[in-house]
Amino acid sequence: MNILGLYNYWIVVVLMMIGFYIVIAHENLIKKLIGLGIFQTSVFFFYISIGKVAGGTAPILDEKYQLYSNPLPHVLILTAIVVGIATTALGLALVVRIQEAYGSIEESDIQAQDTLDQLECSLEAYGIEHAEKLNDQDFNE
Amino acid sequence: MTAIAMLRMRDLLAVVMLSGIYSLISASLFLDLDAVDVAFTEAAVGAGISTLLMLASLKLVGRFENKSRYKPALALGVVLVTGALLIYGTLDMPHFGLADAPAHLHVAPRYINDSMAEIGVPNIVTSVLASYRGFDTLGEVVVVFTAGIGVMSLLLVSRQTKEESQTMVPADMQQQIILRVVAKFMLPVILLFALYVQFHGDYGPGGGFQAGVIFAAGIILYTMLFGLSNSQKLFKRKTMELLTAVGVLIYGGVGVACMFMGGNFLDYSVLRHDPVHGQHLGILLVELGVGITVASVMIVIFFKFTWRTVKHQYKE
Repeated sequence: MNILGLYNYWIVVVLMMIGFYIVIAHENLIKKLIGLGIFQTSVFFFYISIGKVAGGTAPILDEKYQLYSNPLPHVLILTAIVVGIATTALGLALVVRIQEAYGSIEESDIQAQDTLDQLECSLEAYGIEHAEKLNDQDFNE
Repeated sequence: MTAIAMLRMRDLLAVVMLSGIYSLISASLFLDLDAVDVAFTEAAVGAGISTLLMLASLKLVGRFENKSRYKPALALGVVLVTGALLIYGTLDMPHFGLADAPAHLHVAPRYINDSMAEIGVPNIVTSVLASYRGFDTLGEVVVVFTAGIGVMSLLLVSRQTKEESQTMVPADMQQQIILRVVAKFMLPVILLFALYVQFHGDYGPGGGFQAGVIFAAGIILYTMLFGLSNSQKLFKRKTMELLTAVGVLIYGGVGVACMFMGGNFLDYSVLRHDPVHGQHLGILLVELGVGITVASVMIVIFFKFTWRTVKHQYKE
């Protein structure tokens, strides 16, 4: 019994951290979705490797075999993969709409445009007329 | 390995291609870990459909990533600390492949030992999926259905004018004679295989989820090679959108039917006089519902993305 018997978890952790890093360090929304995908597969590997029994076989009953791997994680992950692609498609659809609304899918560009909009709104709320003109001047200077 | 390359590259097209390869490698790893059903699904979903959806959206949003302006040092620090903590957490986990790990001690022995007598289906994954955890799977199917509705409402296509619906949308790969001929031979085989996977899921690896994605992948292949208009003649938009709901309805309907016949919700044993026959019938119907919903949701999602691309090109 040595510590190396835990290697499956370490692979999972490394994959998970790669996905996590992509999600928090990259600004491109599509890249973030891909990072989430890697994160997701790392969880799949975690479940499936827990289900594995050394010397076992695939859980389809047959008289020739006695030892089977645990079928429960397989069921959970099988459905999770299909649900995962459906939700990824939803995310991609959102990204497409963001691109159409903002003309960019980089996070910082989107935030800059949002702050600009807020500025304009608050100026209008204070009753400053021609808010757009004012802003244009500000940005020209 | 592949994941690291994906991390570094800024050309998103290459990243998407790599993610396809990554999925294929994952699928073979799942196979090695005895999860045949999972490997099946991952190969069809990850290497097939998700790569295509990513490509379709890349066409809409542009291919290159901007140079990151943040300093990645902070992110790297957070990641390293989290990773170290997680690895520390694994130290008291059971070793890989151990037969007496806690995960194998609770419900799994019941599934492995008794499912043949109770359900009469050799593939334990299918019997757990459709019968023991049938309620859970109903939830998953509803999630897939909801995601499909979400994509439909996000990527609404304004009602087509007559002109538009009559103009043929040429496929990008119209010129590729070899691909078209090979695809024509392959397509019936792929669809037949999907049906085999659907109805043979009781005995071998397979079932509604896998069959649904394989069927959808076949249709998507056809759409790419012969154009959207051709395939929409065969798979009308209205019909497909209706089918997404029909699948869920079949699943729920079987459950309600069980209640009317005196059992619990999704307790198939009452469907026939012999409980095992009832289970067989119930699983078959439920898997059919799953297959219909999954296939039609995938096809609808792909059509939505492609329509968006076509509209995009018309505008320019």
